[in-house]
Amino acid sequence: MTTHPHRNVIIIGSGPAGLTAAIYVARASLSPLLIEGEPSSTSDQPGGQLMLTTEVENFPGFPEGVQGPELMQRMRDQAARFGAEFLTEKATKIDFSSHPHRVWVRDDEYTADVVIASTGARSLMLGLENEARLIGHGVSTCATCDGFFFRGQEIVVVGGGDSAIEEASFLTKFASKVTIIHRRDKFRASKIMQERALANPKISVRWNAQVTRIVGEAKLSAIEVTDTVTGATDTMNIGGLFVAIGHRPNTDVFAGVLDMDDNGYLVTQPGSSRTNVPGVFACGDVQDHTYRQAITAAGSGCMAAIDAERWLEHHHGSANK
Amino acid sequence: MSGNVITLTTANFDETIRSATTPVLVDFWAEWCGPCKQIDPVIREIATEQAGALTIAKLNVDDHGDIAMRFKVMSIPTMIVFKNGEAVDTLVGARGKAALLRDLAPHLG
Repeated sequence: MTTHPHRNVIIIGSGPAGLTAAIYVARASLSPLLIEGEPSSTSDQPGGQLMLTTEVENFPGFPEGVQGPELMQRMRDQAARFGAEFLTEKATKIDFSSHPHRVWVRDDEYTADVVIASTGARSLMLGLENEARLIGHGVSTCATCDGFFFRGQEIVVVGGGDSAIEEASFLTKFASKVTIIHRRDKFRASKIMQERALANPKISVRWNAQVTRIVGEAKLSAIEVTDTVTGATDTMNIGGLFVAIGHRPNTDVFAGVLDMDDNGYLVTQPGSSRTNVPGVFACGDVQDHTYRQAITAAGSGCMAAIDAERWLEHHHGSANK
Repeated sequence: MSGNVITLTTANFDETIRSATTPVLVDFWAEWCGPCKQIDPVIREIATEQAGALTIAKLNVDDHGDIAMRFKVMSIPTMIVFKNGEAVDTLVGARGKAALLRDLAPHLG
């Protein structure tokens, strides 16, 4: 076990919320440590969900749009410029029961007066048999990584939110045909993205439908689709299945310590980033299932940084005892 | 910097895999793949630390799609371990250094 020098602030998670918090905290000369996560092919990775997107068109200040990974690299560079320190690992355990707060990365222990939780959310999978086994063999968690391999094939995207529609549109660059399967009769996605997708001749939609079986030996060969209204089933032979059915907050590490709602999102006090534990603040998608935008995450990251700075000012005397 | 990592092409792939005196980890990647970029520093660190026990090589699937197709790569990053010219293990998806070393442990003798 290694114990590291005490810090003012530890930030866990490095999407737009964590990096914005890092920029503010570092710029206030509070030298934060950012435990940014580790590489993964899911959205639970350094940089967060935007690492798996392509063009971001609605982040203010980029009139021509910006690639998601490039935006995250720029935020990271900006935090580094002010002295934020990065650890490319996952926080594995926390103890917020006494002062200072303690955070572990495997056997290494880190302590801080303030912790900012910005661990974000990760994509849900369907939970069907064969799904996990066929990831990388026709089932994909990353359209931008894998779309290339489905050139000329018929593929399916499951979901009805912005990420499903964005993936479907992106995949038409490669696939001969993209079918969106959605369990409701309308999309949740923003209107502009829906209109763009529905106008694309390669995209068709199966409303009120659910994927109920995934079939394939060495690679995906077909799926069974069930009509949620009639209960009728049929089989679609496809080369690729992309799942974008929503997100689950990455809060396992905080279980039993930080207050959560029924869906596992961290609860913050209205109008602030305060959690139920003094000196622990939360920002970004880990505490927001309503807006879930890069800009709202960044905004709440700024709130957490300011709350953290004020908390440190008030508790400076006692914090260092 | 990249001295320890071999760049594979359609032209040198078979010869490199066959003549290696250690197991070879081939990282199938592309410029447009975010998770591929994130694991690049990880495999370069491993290349340095495991020099003599493991050979690390990279194959760009954009430039050498024929090789990717031959090994049925459908997702990147995919890392395939070769021993004596034969593919013996396939790791699909990015992961951190500790996890990758754990997955490679059986091949590191």
